[in-house]
Amino acid sequence: MLVKRSNRPSGPASSAQADTASTFSAPRGLDRRSFLKSSGLAAGAGAIGAGLPFAMVRPADAATDTKAAGTVEMRRSVCTHCSVGCAIDAEVKNGVWVGQEPVFDSPINLGAHCAKGASVREHGHGEHRLRTPMKLHNGKWERLSWDAALKEVSEKLLAIREKDGPDATYWVGSSKHSNEQAYLLRKFVSFWGTNNCDHQARVCHSTTVAGVANTWGYGAMTNSYNDMQNAKAIFFIGSNAAEAHPVSMLHILHAKEGGAKIIVADPRFTRTAAKADHYVRLRSGSDIALIYGVMRHIFENGWDDKKYIEDRVYGMDKIREESMQWTADKVLDVTGVPDDQVHLIAETMAKNKPSTVVWCMGQTQHTTGNAIVRAMCNLQLALGNVGVSGGGTNIFRGHDNVQGATDVGPNPDSLPGYYGIAAGAWKHWCSVWGVDYEWVKGRYASPGMMEKSGITVSRWIDGVLEKNELIDQDSNLKAVVYWGMAPNSQTRGKDMLEAMKALELLVVVDPYPSATAAMAASVRKEGVYLLPAATQFETSGSCTASNRSLQWREKIIEPLFESKPDHTIMYAFAKRFGFEKEFVKNIKLEKDKQGWDEPSMEDTLREINRGTWTIGYSGQSPERLKLHMKHMDTFSAHTLKADSGPCAGDYFGLPWPCYGTPELKHPGTPNLYDTSLHVMEGGGNFRANFGVEKDGVSLLAGDGSASKGSDLPFGYPEFDHTLLKKLGWWDELTDAEKKAAEGKNWKTDSSGGIIRVAMQNHGCHPFGNAKARAVVWNFPDPVPKHREALYSTRPDLIDKYPTHEDKKAFWRLPTLYKTVQQQWKNVGKDFPLIMTSGRLVEYEGGGEETRSNPWLAELQQDMFVELNPATAAERSIRDRDWVWVKSPTGSQIKVRALVTPRVGTDTVFLPFHFSGRWMGQDLLNFYPVGAAPIVRGESVNAGTTYGYDVVTMMQETKTTVCQIVKA
Amino acid sequence: MARMKFLCDTERCIECNGCVTACKNEHEVPWGVQRRRVVTINDGVVGQEKSLSVACMHCSDAPCMAVCPTDCFYRTEEGVVLHDKDVCIGCGYCFYACPFGAPQFPQSGTFGLRGKMDKCTFCAGGPEEDGSEAEFEKYGKNRLAEGKLPLCAEMCSTKALLAGDAVEVSNIFRERVIRRGGKGVEAIGWSTAYGKGSADADSRAATATAPAPEKTGGAQ
Repeated sequence: MLVKRSNRPSGPASSAQADTASTFSAPRGLDRRSFLKSSGLAAGAGAIGAGLPFAMVRPADAATDTKAAGTVEMRRSVCTHCSVGCAIDAEVKNGVWVGQEPVFDSPINLGAHCAKGASVREHGHGEHRLRTPMKLHNGKWERLSWDAALKEVSEKLLAIREKDGPDATYWVGSSKHSNEQAYLLRKFVSFWGTNNCDHQARVCHSTTVAGVANTWGYGAMTNSYNDMQNAKAIFFIGSNAAEAHPVSMLHILHAKEGGAKIIVADPRFTRTAAKADHYVRLRSGSDIALIYGVMRHIFENGWDDKKYIEDRVYGMDKIREESMQWTADKVLDVTGVPDDQVHLIAETMAKNKPSTVVWCMGQTQHTTGNAIVRAMCNLQLALGNVGVSGGGTNIFRGHDNVQGATDVGPNPDSLPGYYGIAAGAWKHWCSVWGVDYEWVKGRYASPGMMEKSGITVSRWIDGVLEKNELIDQDSNLKAVVYWGMAPNSQTRGKDMLEAMKALELLVVVDPYPSATAAMAASVRKEGVYLLPAATQFETSGSCTASNRSLQWREKIIEPLFESKPDHTIMYAFAKRFGFEKEFVKNIKLEKDKQGWDEPSMEDTLREINRGTWTIGYSGQSPERLKLHMKHMDTFSAHTLKADSGPCAGDYFGLPWPCYGTPELKHPGTPNLYDTSLHVMEGGGNFRANFGVEKDGVSLLAGDGSASKGSDLPFGYPEFDHTLLKKLGWWDELTDAEKKAAEGKNWKTDSSGGIIRVAMQNHGCHPFGNAKARAVVWNFPDPVPKHREALYSTRPDLIDKYPTHEDKKAFWRLPTLYKTVQQQWKNVGKDFPLIMTSGRLVEYEGGGEETRSNPWLAELQQDMFVELNPATAAERSIRDRDWVWVKSPTGSQIKVRALVTPRVGTDTVFLPFHFSGRWMGQDLLNFYPVGAAPIVRGESVNAGTTYGYDVVTMMQETKTTVCQIVKA
Repeated sequence: MARMKFLCDTERCIECNGCVTACKNEHEVPWGVQRRRVVTINDGVVGQEKSLSVACMHCSDAPCMAVCPTDCFYRTEEGVVLHDKDVCIGCGYCFYACPFGAPQFPQSGTFGLRGKMDKCTFCAGGPEEDGSEAEFEKYGKNRLAEGKLPLCAEMCSTKALLAGDAVEVSNIFRERVIRRGGKGVEAIGWSTAYGKGSADADSRAATATAPAPEKTGGAQ
């Protein structure tokens, strides 16, 4: 028998990579660094290093000592697949990405990855990428040069702009862009002269952002993945974290092992549910009824936090009244959940505080999404769980930078930083951009169109197809630019194909544009262009994780093939459109290897810093972010705080809000609205954004309720120049600050002086100190109300809980509610199964990118539908049979049957990551040669139905209907 | 001397397949070869679903070694079971002997031709020179030689999969079980792979520190 490496020195090569119970349980005890010292890594380099060949020593110190290692360099980036923000160390040799190492130092993921994160190096192969610009000519894909492509596309766009106006174009941006790119795209579209732009957030968490921001101030996850370690109970509803955010489970299971109770409510027994203490099966779309059922038990048992509600919540009495309507039998009828389970949820949440909630698209993607998420907020407010470590609403965002793209990117109703699109917002941003407001105004069709919210990405198809007299803009959409989003993530695929056919021009800018390309090529012969974009591993920039931490990505490799970074492509178009000077007024240009001009990402971030005071994107300078990436090891995995080192006092990634200028050194905010901390240490309170009084009731926080150390220990309005003068604090501004702050408020004062004085000198929150609103009076249902989905299998419940009235001009389009619901009231006779959709761990979003990665594609090779054994037996369907899933729209998709008790007898589940097959047909021949993904399958959204949230135009995907027959 | 072992904690494994793609990534494992895979039992059954990451466990008394007609297997000083592809004839005996279904055969052809067997190497390569191109071609990267552990475990999303010295792995697992009140004490496959009270020195050291064997009480 061979024995290898007999010359290897013996010794305690004790080794284990995992976080032990002790690394986690000691508050700041054995951290990752000291842990590594006790592991094989350190032992290899230290104790036995002397006797080893050079190559064996390299990895231990590789992250810092790259040159010494000869040809291998380490580059640090962040996974591009979900919002957890897992750090990645890439080994690069001669420009090739040869190895991927775990980053144990990352306080967010401690080296951990899911299937997607562990496979990102494949991006460096990119064998199924689009390699060159292409155009569809005579029904065939033809290669063309970048020059020709830019020329043809820009000429066609300019001609449409000339003929039909700037609003005849639609710009789908991306949550996979970096903050800088997303920000530049909003600026780009503004200079083009339209608000017709959007990105993935519309169809993932738009209802969350609107609902949560209107409740208490900011539309984001309040705490963090890490902070969930402090929870004593965790209630998931409409979230399958184990598949959608696998690395979050690192922190969640740690909490569980420390005694936290986990409850999962979902129509489907998910992988997350498999790790829960209790699983509750509810009928899809009945969340509000269930939450009120829970709240009724809380109020009846006196488990509500009365002092907290008195001081910090407006309108809880109305919520209490509504919850009392939801008796046990009503809740059972609507949700299918028996009262003992509802009681168990209430008792678990109330008796194990701090308790937290998690929701995702199971709650947001409904016609009532805005109300569902507010019901969840109200549950947490009733329990006094918001603004508390271990509590909060932990809303897991989807894409790696969907939070950042929402914050500063291409939104149809707002400029960066949620400033809105009223004249004041435009003036603020024009001054930041260094351009003339009148010039920008002139770029728009009219001042009215400049201040009118654009069409949403969920409805662009109607912008093309709707009768012209019914839309609230001059022309229908004639051109669409898909700049980093998949088409199959939007509903009503059948209508989308019609819209693609009707367009004059379709442009796709993407590393993997193939789903859009194949769909379009199946109905068109001309007028489609594909431009190869670089991935985020081929450029640099910042991205914002779900917990609001910003991380800086280093460029790992040069863009593959002929691809270019998105911002380089933007600048190239800006030149052709004639606004390149305005576009980069404050931004340095650098030449890339082919001589293209590339706007500096650092300068772009500095410009974001100078304008985005509202949500505290102002303190995260590129220098501070890079320092954090370099010194990850100094941040605690429990608190995200650095206790020593060059970032001491900061929270990792300066989670927004990081107020004021970078020089103010605000540490970032780990948990929003936390009054137990000083505002300069990340503390806060609810935002005063809705006035100071409503119907004679004060909206300001109660006396004694303020952030720690505040000079104003009671409620107060937001800060502006007059308040500062009234308080006698004006003279604490420097002369330069006074000049900038005169006539301004904290959001528009370009010096940051108002913020500095309020926070640093007086411990006050610049956005004021108010109550959260349990009743959001400016929404259609101020008190969240259960309403049946438009396509429901329960006509009796439609009578009791009907949907909204139709709307005429809503985000520029007529939008139907009651008409559709009444028309399809008895749809359950022919389509008796509730159809819902969701994620698989191996794939992301529309899936084209991940289905092109062989390491992932091998693991999920078929699109499928999960159906209960009883449902299958009734239809003589066996496991792995081919079946047709038929929709009331007339669509039918051919997929494999996966027979499983995971779903109940009334529900079927389909993953939404597939495309490339269309109603039984393989679209392979419609792909550009070599750019088809390895795995193709039917898109669930080919069969999804009409339905949009009544506030944000979020699409309904989670509750619709279908019938299934054997193929 | 360290004794390398794997342990998968089913209380933590969420079937995210991170271990599977980490392995593919590190060793450029071709399509169709699964050096590591995740098995889920009672899939979708409320209250009974459990997932487990499985690969070659590098058994103390490895059945593959016992049955191999060409004696292509060998054990390193750290207890890692490796094989020599130049000696392997692809007969498949090891596949039938292995309790974990670890051996993979990338080829199939006439007369049952299987090609050379491929399996998890505990990221320790093969008989060629450490870190050489030849070693990489046949067996993948050699992380142990670089002082690093198997990438599957290093990247495990929930740290369910532990790899390393038996003493360390056992200690981590025991502390974890104690912290969660004795729950999930079964380390599935551990005693199958590493035995109970075997005369083998490695295994003695292992059982002395191992988690409680399956189906007996737990750390309280």
